[in-house]
Amino acid sequence: MSDKKDIKIADAFNDGKAFIGFLTAGDPTIEKTVEYVLAMEEAGCDLVEIGIPFSDPVAEGPVIQEANLRALSNNTNTDDVFEAIRKIREKSDVPLVFLTYINPVFYYGYDKFFKRCHELNVCGIISPDLPYDEKGEILEVTQKYGIDIISLIAPTSKERIQMIAREATGFIYVVSSLGVTGMRSEIRTDLESILSDIKEVTDVPAAVGFGINTPEQAKNIAKVADGVIVGSAIVNIIAEHGENAREPLVNYVKSMKDAIL
Amino acid sequence: MSRGRFGVHGGQYMSETLMNELLNLEKQYNHFKEDPEFVEELNTLLKEYAGRPSLLYYAKRMTEDLGGAKIYLKREDLNHTGAHKINNVLGQCLLAKKMGKTRVIAETGAGQHGVATATAAALLDMECEVFMGEEDTKRQALNVFRMELLGAKVHTVTTGSKVLKDAVNDAFREWISRVDDTHYVIGSTMGPHPFPTIVRDFQAVISEEIKEQIIELEGKLPDMVIACVGGGSNAMGAFYNFLEDEEVQLIGVEAAGKGIDTEFHAATIAKGELGIFHGMKSYFCQGNYGQISPVYSISAGLDYPGIGPEHAYLHDIGRAQYVSATDDEAVEAFEYLSRMEGIIPAIESSHAIAHAMRVAGDMDKNDVIVINVSGRGDKDVAAIARYKGVELYE
Repeated sequence: MSDKKDIKIADAFNDGKAFIGFLTAGDPTIEKTVEYVLAMEEAGCDLVEIGIPFSDPVAEGPVIQEANLRALSNNTNTDDVFEAIRKIREKSDVPLVFLTYINPVFYYGYDKFFKRCHELNVCGIISPDLPYDEKGEILEVTQKYGIDIISLIAPTSKERIQMIAREATGFIYVVSSLGVTGMRSEIRTDLESILSDIKEVTDVPAAVGFGINTPEQAKNIAKVADGVIVGSAIVNIIAEHGENAREPLVNYVKSMKDAIL
Repeated sequence: MSRGRFGVHGGQYMSETLMNELLNLEKQYNHFKEDPEFVEELNTLLKEYAGRPSLLYYAKRMTEDLGGAKIYLKREDLNHTGAHKINNVLGQCLLAKKMGKTRVIAETGAGQHGVATATAAALLDMECEVFMGEEDTKRQALNVFRMELLGAKVHTVTTGSKVLKDAVNDAFREWISRVDDTHYVIGSTMGPHPFPTIVRDFQAVISEEIKEQIIELEGKLPDMVIACVGGGSNAMGAFYNFLEDEEVQLIGVEAAGKGIDTEFHAATIAKGELGIFHGMKSYFCQGNYGQISPVYSISAGLDYPGIGPEHAYLHDIGRAQYVSATDDEAVEAFEYLSRMEGIIPAIESSHAIAHAMRVAGDMDKNDVIVINVSGRGDKDVAAIARYKGVELYE
């Protein structure tokens, strides 16, 4: 698109509950990442999280760890990821955020990285190893370029919930369960109480992720949250179908989006 | 700047899931380190169980052979379980127990930290699980059996390069999954705050003793203290009480593997760049858009792509110097100390000995070098035999 539009995370939450999908860039190839992001948007994905592959994804379970490995074995690098986003932006205004460990961003250079984000209309960054206490690391630069730092809130956050929520921008990522990413058959955390703590102090939308896999789970989560985040289940489809994952991805995203409407 | 900084280094770059636990750990540690009962209990364990104080031994033959500075060996190899690791592990396990934890987890490279943790867990009646890279379980098969003998469960880590770094990754993953009853006993002066400080404090007993012992023996402070550095716990322990004594030269020796100009080394200060990984800002071997590089050393205990944040700071301000020794130099030093003094040092500690062998001869006969012999070399005998092409069946 020649004219730079102002795409906002809020756009994803304007029209009912948001379905947020995740994939790792470069898995199975960077070309397929472009195709799959566009396919997911067509199927009803309101916001896409794009993972920048990292050698040591400490917060991930086996499914996303392996996706990182596949992407790195293709030599996918940060510039390739930006190039993929440029291609996505030729066709789509879907809100995008990066999910990345902080070291690749630090290495790239904070100013250079977030300037590119701004130019390509990437709205935010989720960094599993940049907690509230360390966001000063990038805050000045993200504010300069208008990029939201997506705050994570965990089942163990307790009295930290409101401190984090008060300063949150974009959306809040509520981690459903203890542990690393991955599909779970059951989610036992008292999400309602976490979400009501959040709602007391902010209007920023709160989406729930980690372990969500089935339409049934998504439906239940959407009763209490503003959005549902699905990562491992999508990455698993890509792992299984490789370069032919478009159709199963579309079907899956449709089924999840329908469940939360 | 956030908590736990050494200059720009350190910090708490960790999952939100663990943040409350880290804050609580800091609070509890600050409480217990001032608690006379805790201090007494730990000191008793160090004395009666671990065998402290460890000897400071004058290496007469080595001194005469090298023909320069007087060389003393701080004999951490004589501690129970055969390395300095027990100092930290007794402290952390006792702290964990006081915090109401019933289970400890640990990463291990060479196996020394895993064995020490399994030992302390047995002693304090705690459940113990140790994460060890698959490559290391092969290099150090005996230590795997040793940990199991002590009642620990050993998880073979098959992710990534299957060495120490990957064991740390999986230990963090386990801690994120089960934090309520579990304490992660980090084995080095690394990871998110407060670990670099806690581990350093528990290891500082090494330099506290060296100081007392050398003043009694020589009537002065040493001119140089040399220790090997992976994550950096034995070196931090050996340096800490000398930081204010500017006249004492502090030298950390990293693993140069097959040479720092090859791809096969673990020399973080020599070749690494500033980065953020495993909860801390420090120097890391990295490349290719910030991916953590695979590292290599003959020594599983030094085979780590980062260095503790306090070492990174001591390097920045020039208070400590960091050099490196290759596999070949370490093996030569391993054999040298065995023959010269009848002491078989750990292959890790042999890196420190290798540096002393380089510099002692050019120093004055009145100068005093203290080498921290961080561990004993029994665990390495089979690997050294293989390195030299000797077929050896255990």
